[in-house]
Amino acid sequence: MKILIAGCGQVGQTLAQELSAEGHDLTLMDSDPQVLEMGMERYDVIAIQGNCASMQTLHAANVEMADLLIACTGSDELNLLCCMTAHAINPHLHTIARIRNHEYVEQTYRMRDTFALSMIFNPEQQAAQEIERLLRFPGFLKRDSFAKGRVEIVELRVDADSRLCNVPLSALNAIVKCKVLVCTVLREGQAITPDGRFVLHAGDRIFVTAPSENLALLLKNLGIVQHKIRNVMVVGGGTLCYYLANLLQNSSIGMTVIEADRARCVELASAFPRVEVICGDAREQSLLESEGISSADALIALTGLDELNLLISLYGQSCRIPQTVTRLENLTETGITRDLTLGSVICPRRLCCNSIVRYVRAMQNQEGAAVAVHSIADGQAEALEFVVDEHTLHCGEPLRKLKLKKNVLLAAITSGGKTEIPSGDSTFAIGDSVVVVETSDDVILQLNDIFA
Amino acid sequence: MNYKMIGRFFALILAVEAVFMIPALAISAVDGTHSATRAFLITIALTLLLSAVLAALSRGAKHIFFAKEGLFCVGVSWILMSVLGCLPFYLSGEIPHFIDALFEMVSGFTTTGSSVVSDIEALSRAVLYWRSFSHWLGGMGVLVFLLAIVPVSGKNEGFTMHLLRAESPGPNVGKLVPKMRQTATVLYLTYLALTLIDFLFLLAGEMSWFEALCTAFGTAGTGGFGVRNDSLASYSPYIQNVTSVFMLLFGVNFGCYYLLLLRQFREVIRDEELRLYGGIVLGSVLLIALNIRGLYATVWDALRHSLFQVSSIITTTGFATADFDLWPSFSKGILLFLMMIGACAGSTGGGLKCARALLLLKGLRRNLAQVLAPQRVQMIRVNQKPVDEKIVANTNTYLCAYTVVLVGSFLLISIDGFSVMTNFSAVLACFNNIGPGLESVGPLCNFSLFSPFSKLILILDMLAGRLEIFPILILFSAKAWKRS
Repeated sequence: MKILIAGCGQVGQTLAQELSAEGHDLTLMDSDPQVLEMGMERYDVIAIQGNCASMQTLHAANVEMADLLIACTGSDELNLLCCMTAHAINPHLHTIARIRNHEYVEQTYRMRDTFALSMIFNPEQQAAQEIERLLRFPGFLKRDSFAKGRVEIVELRVDADSRLCNVPLSALNAIVKCKVLVCTVLREGQAITPDGRFVLHAGDRIFVTAPSENLALLLKNLGIVQHKIRNVMVVGGGTLCYYLANLLQNSSIGMTVIEADRARCVELASAFPRVEVICGDAREQSLLESEGISSADALIALTGLDELNLLISLYGQSCRIPQTVTRLENLTETGITRDLTLGSVICPRRLCCNSIVRYVRAMQNQEGAAVAVHSIADGQAEALEFVVDEHTLHCGEPLRKLKLKKNVLLAAITSGGKTEIPSGDSTFAIGDSVVVVETSDDVILQLNDIFA
Repeated sequence: MNYKMIGRFFALILAVEAVFMIPALAISAVDGTHSATRAFLITIALTLLLSAVLAALSRGAKHIFFAKEGLFCVGVSWILMSVLGCLPFYLSGEIPHFIDALFEMVSGFTTTGSSVVSDIEALSRAVLYWRSFSHWLGGMGVLVFLLAIVPVSGKNEGFTMHLLRAESPGPNVGKLVPKMRQTATVLYLTYLALTLIDFLFLLAGEMSWFEALCTAFGTAGTGGFGVRNDSLASYSPYIQNVTSVFMLLFGVNFGCYYLLLLRQFREVIRDEELRLYGGIVLGSVLLIALNIRGLYATVWDALRHSLFQVSSIITTTGFATADFDLWPSFSKGILLFLMMIGACAGSTGGGLKCARALLLLKGLRRNLAQVLAPQRVQMIRVNQKPVDEKIVANTNTYLCAYTVVLVGSFLLISIDGFSVMTNFSAVLACFNNIGPGLESVGPLCNFSLFSPFSKLILILDMLAGRLEIFPILILFSAKAWKRS
């Protein structure tokens, strides 16, 4: 498919990486020649320099022949203008725009036909929803849900004092006393698809598939104490904080926000009367302490600076705060954070990338496309949800007779509202939803692609 | 330096080279030239073996590839290809000294066309074929060929850009279409189609198929190896004119042909580099024809020879229909000038490239204007578009590197003691991938008179000229070899 990406920032680059790996023809547009140069050297794309909302640039990028435009520049207004202009030139074009400003979210959704938008994405809002889910179920580093919330893939770290340390996976179900499946292990930065003989070590990060109803049991039997979260401290009062406050305002969770910019503090304080807004510099230890960091149940670092977020979370852990959430934009895929025992890490651009990749796959392949795509294990593995249809091969055959591709795992089968962690005797039938986890390099577009 | 990844590329390149030697093997088998058959068999076996060993050693390579690796990979692979490619010449005994065989092969791959063989007609047909085919392969580049046939997919495959940049000539190499593989395929298909048309035109001129094929290869790669001792002088005027036209066509940026296919005629006609190229050719042809008209019976003959020599030199092919060493000094001066300018960027020709000449001239004009108005801000524009200052600076650096290599090799080969004009034109001819020079290395002479040391210098010059200096220069830097 021919895809134009307007804006070669962090989201643009992540999209270029994901979509070029899937074999699409990508054209990057940006006004800054330097970032374009970088994009060209990293990914197999062509670059057009210019204002992406101008007809001239769009013509140069051959918008007439394109199938999809993704506008992800830093400015919402520019993204909208870009999509409208491009759609006016090519009425068959699908357009996706990034809208971050909460003041526009509702109107762009309601007037999406006027703005010629096929899809809107909002990384900060998605990240806020993700954080809210984590706060409701503390203990997991990351949660991805499938099959309308019936199946989850949760991330856990194996610490030296954990009950899982030095245990082979075949003994896992006996320890946690419920049926779960470790689908991926991230060890020393490498994603591994384990088998029953695989022994877990301290420092491994494991991705566990479990029916949602078993999550509480899983935490309990692993000896992970569950604190009910009552008050959280948020450092950094940007857009993400706004969306989070919006989600938490009707819950029982109290929120303290520390933000250095006074004007922004006033905005937040006027929008959310229940939120305690503190104007100050989070780098001052005395400020954090006087605002009660040691009594917070969760610390969430959301400033725009990865380094600062990292330091604040590490400080929070030294204060024994049970749950920390760190927003990282750039440092997620580097080795720097690998050995740190950070709590949950949130990368907004990764989250929205998942939904765009899903949209693109659905566009390309109307039938049999994945209904959910989640990138897990720092982007090294992918969890996909498919619905079994009449074109799916091997329906009703027991799994032990099937041969799957290397590094592909069938992680869960949900049929009629009941989720099963598959064993050799399991089968799937038409209408079931199936979760597949893969760490290979080949792209899996349809369910049939998993069979060797 | 990611040696494993580079090793993987080497393995592929050698496999491609071995496959391309098979037609030569077939020709030698049909002709019954046993020494050549044996030489090609041994070489193919050796090349495949080396390729397999490299492939085995480079298993599990990490896909980390930077500009440094791209330059290094291109530089070393060309040397490796030449060393293996010259083995048939050496093993068959048709070129008895190894350094001579290497010179001949490098001259082939770099599309230079300088020869050390005095009696070309004595060589077997298989060796002649391989010599000419190396022009065709070297013209567009082996790595570009690899990029066209090897599927690359994955998350960070932008590195192929480094390979395209390092192997394709020109100051500002870019893709034609978003995917590297398609870009490389478009380039090679255009190249193949033009070569085929040239071949058919030559066949129509009653040339034997073998000679037509070799001449088409030499023309397409702007190489210049002929199959006769007098290059193209003994062929009919029709064949000479066809070759003149096709040499000029292969000296045009291949991006222009892609634009023609997209029916964007206006952009092609307005292309400043193409206009400069056309203008230089037209001016030189007329001036030389005027200068040499006394030497030939008719004005048309003078025009024909002038056109042929001008297109042969500016596209850095190096075929000859006349001994231009006997022409008046003014004509020789023009030809020396054309040697340095070279063809268009993105073509198969060598030299400094018209695109660079254009940038340098415009830069000069701007800097003069800035002397008069020091605070004026002025952009250099090509095709109405402002050129990035980095590219302007790179072009100046390139001219500097070009001069350093030129002067350095001139001094080094002067040790042999030939005349200044011989040495200077020999370096120019090799460095710009032309072929013949003047005086003792003129169109009817060859390079066998030089000492092995000078030949080695000229070999490096040819490689540096074809790969635009930097891939060869970095091989002399210890830092480039460091493992990382």
